[in-house]
Amino acid sequence: MIKLLKNLGKKEWLLILVSLILIIAQVWLELKMPDYMSEITVLVQTKGSQMSEILKNGAYMMGCALGSLISAVIVGYLVSTISATLSLKIRKKLFTKVENLAMHEIKSFSTSSLITRTTNDITQIQMLVAMGLQLMIKAPITVVWAITKILNKSWQWSAVTAVAVTVLLGVIATIISIVSSKFKIVQKLIDKINGVTRENLTGIRVVRAFNAEKYQENKFEAVNEKLTNQQLFNQKVLAVLSPVMYLVMYAITLAIYIVGAYLIKDAGFADKIVLFGDMVVFSSYAMQVIMAFLMLAMIFMMLPRAQVSANRINEVLETEITIKDGKIDTDTTNEKGTVEFRNVDFKYPDGDDYLLKNISFKVNKGETVAFIGSTGSGKSSLINLIPRFYDTTNGEVFVDGVNVKEYKQEFLHNKLGYVSQRAVLFNDSVINNVAYGENGQGQITEENVKKAIEVAQAKDFIEKMDDGYQTHISQGGTNVSGGQKQRISIARAIARNPEIYIFDDSFSALDYKTDSIVRKELKKYTNGATILIVAQRIGTIMNADKIIVLDEGKIVGMGKHKELLQICEVYKQIALSQLSEEELKNE
Amino acid sequence: MNNDRTNRPPRGRFGGPGMSAPAEKAKDFKGAIKRLFSELKGFRLLILVALVLAIFGSILSIMSPNRLADLTNEISAGLTAEMNMDKIKSISIFIAGPYIFSALFTFIQSICMTHVANKFAQMLRSRISVKINKLPLKYYDKNSIGDILSRVTNDVDTIAQSMHQSLATLVSSTTLFIGTIIMMFYTNWVMAITAILASFIGFVLMFLILSKSQKYFVARQEELGALNGHIEEIYSGLNVVKVYNGMKKADEEFDKLNKKVYEANRKSQFLSGLMQPIMNFIGNFGYVAVCIVGALLTMNNIISFGVIVAFIVYVRLFTSPLSQIAQAMTSLQTTAAASERVFEFVDEEEMADESNLTKKLDKKDVKGTVEFQNVVFKYDDNDKPTINNFSTIAKPGQKVAIVGPTGAGKTTLVNLLMKFYDINSGDIKIEGVSIKELTRENVHSLFTMVLQDTWLFDGTVKENIVYNNKNISDEQVEKVCKTVGLEHFIKTLPKGIHTVLSDNDSVSAGQKQLLTIARGILQDTPFLILDEATSNVDTRTEELVQKAMDKLTEGRTSFIIAHRLSTIKNADLILVVRDGNIVEQGNHEQLMEKKGFYADLYNSQFEL
Repeated sequence: MIKLLKNLGKKEWLLILVSLILIIAQVWLELKMPDYMSEITVLVQTKGSQMSEILKNGAYMMGCALGSLISAVIVGYLVSTISATLSLKIRKKLFTKVENLAMHEIKSFSTSSLITRTTNDITQIQMLVAMGLQLMIKAPITVVWAITKILNKSWQWSAVTAVAVTVLLGVIATIISIVSSKFKIVQKLIDKINGVTRENLTGIRVVRAFNAEKYQENKFEAVNEKLTNQQLFNQKVLAVLSPVMYLVMYAITLAIYIVGAYLIKDAGFADKIVLFGDMVVFSSYAMQVIMAFLMLAMIFMMLPRAQVSANRINEVLETEITIKDGKIDTDTTNEKGTVEFRNVDFKYPDGDDYLLKNISFKVNKGETVAFIGSTGSGKSSLINLIPRFYDTTNGEVFVDGVNVKEYKQEFLHNKLGYVSQRAVLFNDSVINNVAYGENGQGQITEENVKKAIEVAQAKDFIEKMDDGYQTHISQGGTNVSGGQKQRISIARAIARNPEIYIFDDSFSALDYKTDSIVRKELKKYTNGATILIVAQRIGTIMNADKIIVLDEGKIVGMGKHKELLQICEVYKQIALSQLSEEELKNE
Repeated sequence: MNNDRTNRPPRGRFGGPGMSAPAEKAKDFKGAIKRLFSELKGFRLLILVALVLAIFGSILSIMSPNRLADLTNEISAGLTAEMNMDKIKSISIFIAGPYIFSALFTFIQSICMTHVANKFAQMLRSRISVKINKLPLKYYDKNSIGDILSRVTNDVDTIAQSMHQSLATLVSSTTLFIGTIIMMFYTNWVMAITAILASFIGFVLMFLILSKSQKYFVARQEELGALNGHIEEIYSGLNVVKVYNGMKKADEEFDKLNKKVYEANRKSQFLSGLMQPIMNFIGNFGYVAVCIVGALLTMNNIISFGVIVAFIVYVRLFTSPLSQIAQAMTSLQTTAAASERVFEFVDEEEMADESNLTKKLDKKDVKGTVEFQNVVFKYDDNDKPTINNFSTIAKPGQKVAIVGPTGAGKTTLVNLLMKFYDINSGDIKIEGVSIKELTRENVHSLFTMVLQDTWLFDGTVKENIVYNNKNISDEQVEKVCKTVGLEHFIKTLPKGIHTVLSDNDSVSAGQKQLLTIARGILQDTPFLILDEATSNVDTRTEELVQKAMDKLTEGRTSFIIAHRLSTIKNADLILVVRDGNIVEQGNHEQLMEKKGFYADLYNSQFEL
């Protein structure tokens, strides 16, 4: 929590200082009011007082009240500015951080968790700061000041107040200690009930096909019962709080009056009226002290929840960025469109097993190289090392003869046209989706975009859409089919006009026919660009210049289709599982 | 008496200068509230008890100021004469008594309402959970999972919470409000009017601010929504954003939205923060007004000093319930909106009742014939039927493959066969019996379905495989795992089949698929449906899966949907579907000879 407050700038600290001064003024004004109050009380009590005197004191008191209101309004303004600024800054920082995290870090946090951290968790912090800043400053000042004011009045009254505060704090502390750990349980149960419901919803067809409705309902009921009981327990404990507060506040007033009655009774005649005035004032101060403690208690009730959020945010902020940017941002070699792996090993920083072991190969300009292998063979990991989604554990990856770690990432990325396995579309028009990003070659022209769309075989369906190229893709691309999404994202890579294309299993959502047309057209259009393809279908890669066969992170075969059929057992198996023997021979 | 902030602590929860979120407006407020109360039938007694207690609690606290006035009068009488300690003691007891009872009532009332609110929430959640399984699948075509989930948690929570807070508060505050007015006029009418007028000005001010701030709250919600959308988009497409150097653009957009949220945040926070200081001011203003008018009256000997003390308390009692009523009304609005959403779901039309269907096919007696007769089916939102006059026969033990481009209606056929959707015309017969005459449960018990979306839940491997089957031993599970080739995978798990699978675990798509196939094998049914069951599996694993499936399909009638044509080459019958019609049917050789759509499709996989 405190770490996060470090994000406040000089200006904000200045504002906090101003707020502090204003809050002190506010407390002073509020504590001044009882003085006038007792003045008024005495005046009303005394026979023959002048009405003008009462009006004067009334006016002073109103002045204090108004002053305190104005200062409260200004403080409110400042604090809302401070808290909003804080959330603005933390959110920005978090966003930038997430953008620069390596892929496995994002995976280990999970995207949805990162989203909640950037949104809800920050809102929690903001709420706490907005309320806390005022109360945290105001409450202690009020307590100390009010206590100093009443200490010299009478120890009996002070004792009464002390008892009341102790009782109140005791009750609050007990309740918090009982409930706070239970709140975490409730949160877990809510997650669980969400999980069970989500499970039922996502698997609705399975649930029904297995006639498992009752099974799911029982599962839900078990969590529901637990959740309800836990909530009931928590809320019943909390229900004690309000009546106790209520009782203590009235009890203290009453006690002060009774004690007052005794004091007045035993006092000398001259002191009686003074004591009476003191009594009224004291009960008011005592109430201020108790209210201040209550405010503090409130903060402490909110603190655990905000602390959880703060920890979640810090967890991300403290993650070290492992992918460090290099310096090279101009071409330093004559090579263009080449990719080379030299003795590359790769494992996740926290993983035990190597996903890639001793990978070496070179791709020349204009070549089409395909990677094939079973799930978990490491083909996606391999290709992800080129745009530096990950960094190698050992060995080097070169693009155009330069180690990728030495490039400025932006410059490296300008050379690449990458299409992921899962098509990513943005909430924007089709044309903006294709013209997405920057490629260091100036604005991507509409002509290029249209050409790219044509090459990716997306022209027909896009032109049939309601607004053609301007059709808006809804969030998550729900208004286009899987194959269409994939074609748009392929078009995006083409429009970029890169030196090197990377297709990470991007053709699997297309039917065979479209798959082959897209590849044919691409080859024709790009003429000279290097193409790296990860694929599962033999048909997609059969005609590649070089096929690299991976198995359990190692290269087990490299060559052309026909060679591999002869020499590479793994490749032969894959091929045979998809095509029959005679089909393979026919080729 | 004094200048405390809120003489009456807020009931129920910790109050404070909270952020009052905008009340989501219900479409039909009255209707929603009415419905809510009728649903609360079982809790009526408890609610009644709570309300009566709330009323009594309020009345008791209204009585006290009068006593307090007496006490003050007694003490101030003691200023000039001997203090009458006995009388003071007896008055104190009279004050303390009602306070204690009032507190007790509040406590009991709060416990009652907590009970009602939580039990009601539990009931609502159960009803939603049961409802989920009673809705036709077409409901899920149109509604997102997130939406339903938010009804189960957020909306039900909102109802429970605000019901707990608002109902009792509304009643006790109203009692307090009306009671205070009556008591004030009863005590002294001039003072009463003074107190009411003084507070009234403040309230006008407050409501003005409240109504103005509403706008900013709505704006804040909207800006936050826009920002969250952007964040979600960028985070989930981060790879693409990075490689396309879209970060700069993303940052610009983020900054713009973030700034907007900042502005909205600042304004709404500021305005909502104003409530508390203004309430304080109203209190102080009322105090001074009462003191001045009171003093005037005291000096003219119209009232005693004690009356002033009483009125100081009355002013507090009078101002606090008004703002509480305002808050309770806001939260009631939210309740109405939330309950509308919950009841809307609970009231959705369910699948047709089947209690009149008495025919039953036992899976032991079913040999495995399925016949589609001129089946026509159209999705509600579509203009054209997805399945148009579809007829075919699958004989026992046959392997029937359905192929065709995406959107041709392959999965729809399966959905119809499983009675997930009702056909518009024509008939589907299983073993000669129309599925219209069979219950859904009966139909489902005859089929095993393995889908493309591998569905696993948080639970152990065994739980996932056994699912709702009963009396399955560990040995059986292990045997099934062996059959599908999961043996090695299970061995690598720390606790074998008792290992809990969770989201973060690195279970590959292929392994997930094998697990669902294992689950299917345990069902042992006469029919089998494999809907793109191998498309998530790489081709080498597929071979493994294929072997398992061949074992599974032995002696069963199976329906296989696949886009990898190699998978289905050995099918007994291949149905080539295009735009809802069977354009070709036959086995692989026959279809290749035809040189039609199938042959075209098949050959395209060898082209570069």
